[in-house]
Amino acid sequence: MEAKIKAAKERLDAQVREIVQWHFSPDTGTPFWLDKAKSYKFNPLKDVHCFEDLKLFGTFEDEWLRGGPVQRWVPRGLQGKPVYVFETGGTTGLPKSRIVIDDFRIDYEMMSETLPDKYFPRGSNWLMLGPTGPRRLRLAIEHLAQHRGGICFCIDLDPRWVVKLIKMRQIEMANLYKEHCIDQSLTILAGDHDIKCMFTTPKLLAALDEALRAGKLEDKFRSLGKKVPPGGLRSIKSCGITGIFSGGTEFTPEFTREAYEEMLDNGEVYMTPTYGNTLMGLACSKPIGPEDQFKISYYAPQPRAAIQVVNPKNYDQVVDYGQTGRVLLTTLTMEFFVPSFPERDEGEREPPYDKFPWDGVSGVRTFSELASSTVVGVY
Amino acid sequence: MIHIPALRLGKLYKSLATVKLVHHVTGDSVAEISQINGSQIVRDISRMGEARAELQAISMAKMVAMVKEAGRIFASENLPCGSESQSFEDYIRCLSATTGSPMVFCKRNAGKVEFVLRNIDTILAGLTRGINLEILDAGHGTMDGRTLCFSPTCESFGAILPSNSPGVHSLWVPAIALKIPLVLKPGREEPWTPNRVLQALLKAGIPPMALNLCPADHAGAGEILRGAGRSMLFGDSSTTDPYRNDHRVEIHGPGFSKILLGEDQADNWRNYLDLMLESIAANGGRSCINVSGIWTPRHGKAIAQALGERLAQVQARAWDDPKAELAAFANPDVAERISAMADNLLQTPGAVDVTEKIRGSSRLVREGRCAWLLPTIVNCDTQHPLANKEFLFPYASVVECPQSDMLKIIGPTLVATALTQDQVFRKDLMNSKYIDRINLGPIPSTRLTWDQPHEGNLFTHLYRQRAFQQSSF
Repeated sequence: MEAKIKAAKERLDAQVREIVQWHFSPDTGTPFWLDKAKSYKFNPLKDVHCFEDLKLFGTFEDEWLRGGPVQRWVPRGLQGKPVYVFETGGTTGLPKSRIVIDDFRIDYEMMSETLPDKYFPRGSNWLMLGPTGPRRLRLAIEHLAQHRGGICFCIDLDPRWVVKLIKMRQIEMANLYKEHCIDQSLTILAGDHDIKCMFTTPKLLAALDEALRAGKLEDKFRSLGKKVPPGGLRSIKSCGITGIFSGGTEFTPEFTREAYEEMLDNGEVYMTPTYGNTLMGLACSKPIGPEDQFKISYYAPQPRAAIQVVNPKNYDQVVDYGQTGRVLLTTLTMEFFVPSFPERDEGEREPPYDKFPWDGVSGVRTFSELASSTVVGVY
Repeated sequence: MIHIPALRLGKLYKSLATVKLVHHVTGDSVAEISQINGSQIVRDISRMGEARAELQAISMAKMVAMVKEAGRIFASENLPCGSESQSFEDYIRCLSATTGSPMVFCKRNAGKVEFVLRNIDTILAGLTRGINLEILDAGHGTMDGRTLCFSPTCESFGAILPSNSPGVHSLWVPAIALKIPLVLKPGREEPWTPNRVLQALLKAGIPPMALNLCPADHAGAGEILRGAGRSMLFGDSSTTDPYRNDHRVEIHGPGFSKILLGEDQADNWRNYLDLMLESIAANGGRSCINVSGIWTPRHGKAIAQALGERLAQVQARAWDDPKAELAAFANPDVAERISAMADNLLQTPGAVDVTEKIRGSSRLVREGRCAWLLPTIVNCDTQHPLANKEFLFPYASVVECPQSDMLKIIGPTLVATALTQDQVFRKDLMNSKYIDRINLGPIPSTRLTWDQPHEGNLFTHLYRQRAFQQSSF
């Protein structure tokens, strides 16, 4: 294990050197960082040798991502390639934007290797029961399905409208919108598309389960003049889903247990929680189950990204294993360099393990100092 | 430490998510409570049709007998409280420890719950206005030669409960006797009473599936209000306003209860001082049926002064002091915020805090981890923002208002004790759209008659009358 940890650290340091050289070199660098470097009292090209040296950059301020021109984030070395822009938030003021060229494909292809074929059969079709619009997730899940030889069916879901409804305390309307989203997914499931895999969020997973138990898929079959199959369609398993890839910070151990025991036939339908966002990519979890009280531990896709759990009063200080701290995120790809970004989340620092021999984080939840002012998990 | 599990379809459920309750004085851990997800609540509510069928199979006579037996068990037997067996005395101590309500109040309020359980036949007679309860077994029947038919409006009854006064638990108890399954979300600091009542009902033989204790967050409360066909919601206006136009939800918010003196009795105000004091300060002044306004055509200043002099003698006392008259705030920040709100409103000209002048000290008392708010009497005019205000401590405004204007401007009033023998004014009071419960004559606002509805009629909330005909073939 020690050797694995050491090798992983060496790969991370090498990635740091390569990515910093790329983003700060006059030939390949990113306009934003080249401009920023003028104010530094150090030379990124000469003084950054390992992950710890990223402290020289201080913390990344996500406010830098608001507004344009967004081209300042496109590295000169990647000029001319087709660029996507993905946004977060956006219910008040300018949204934060991130440019992407191939990162989402790379991240999800890497994640694909962690999905067991037994539950996520190659060639099977997917249902994307999650947000659409200018978000990475919509395209990433579609790419994941295609990468695994399937086709992805999507619903329309605008999370910004849901946030507005919640802020207006229009709870009934928010519930109606959720029902509208579920109804779209029932229509897809009733369409004979042989869907076996699904992406969804905790809230939508629960809403889908509620709708199925209430017989709404069976109603949909009848309304389409189709016969309800023997055994009915009142559970996620019975409608043919075998694997669920799911994301969201509200993945508490109790919710995971509920999903496993009460929605997914005691784990007969496989679910893997993930933690991710537009800036980082996505972190995979250790397999979940009753043996460790449904604890969810996430590990970043190192060396392309790294998670640290730090003292919220001093971001340079990593907390001890098992201790609580704020999640500090670093992204190290050719497309995007984000050193030490304080996420809106907190959690407990987890030790490396065999599959991911680097630090992870468990118990992820909204950072307590921000919890009262943040609307999370709306869809 | 005691662990209080949820009760899901009558079965104990220990969650991986818990909330810790501490003693309001020492800060020591008293208990941890399992917290369940909103989606778990929704799933259980979807099974309430089965639970309702189980209840419907039991005769009303047997239901009433079981609820009465639960009253005896509640007050006398050791009952499960999670992993422990809890006596009535231990229950009172725990209740007081986590809520800050003195033991003497807790005992008194538990007595109300026991009374309702033991006298459920009287309560049901009051709620149903004396119908033959067997009619609810068959769904129809005849009384005085007339056909009566009732059908339930829901398969389950939800209640979002508060932590501030255990007496409120007497309000939802009749639902189970009316054969409607219960889905209860306890207040954060007060799981004790609903847990104990449900355990007593279980022991008395009520089908387990109909008994659900769902400690949860706000989202969980929302799911109960969304999923249960009918429910009851306690809270301030910020909590209850979104449901104000939802006929499925019976709202128990601020009461703005008042004493109204008529022209004919205003000069006799001294005769009613004890009545006023009891109405303002009984049970720590925290209830919606406590008076928060005394409206009189004259002598406002003198009434305020007399009330102030008496209430200024009330002191903050420990939770286990039998002479305690005030409840402590387990979270002292809440007391500070309430006191600051009152002070802020006093900045508007036209109001005097009479009690503070007499007492010579602030209403806010802090000691260690807890805080108290001493009684406050404000003398102000009818337009002042403090004229129609309710707080979570003994507070009342004394305002002068001509009798002829009173009923136009009092606003919503849960209980009005009207001190008048003027027949015209009495008639006007009976016709007032603002008043929920009218006491004509010197009756303290806090004195309930148990055979009459309170803040809506639970029976008409849970059952609707419908037409029914049948003929032989």
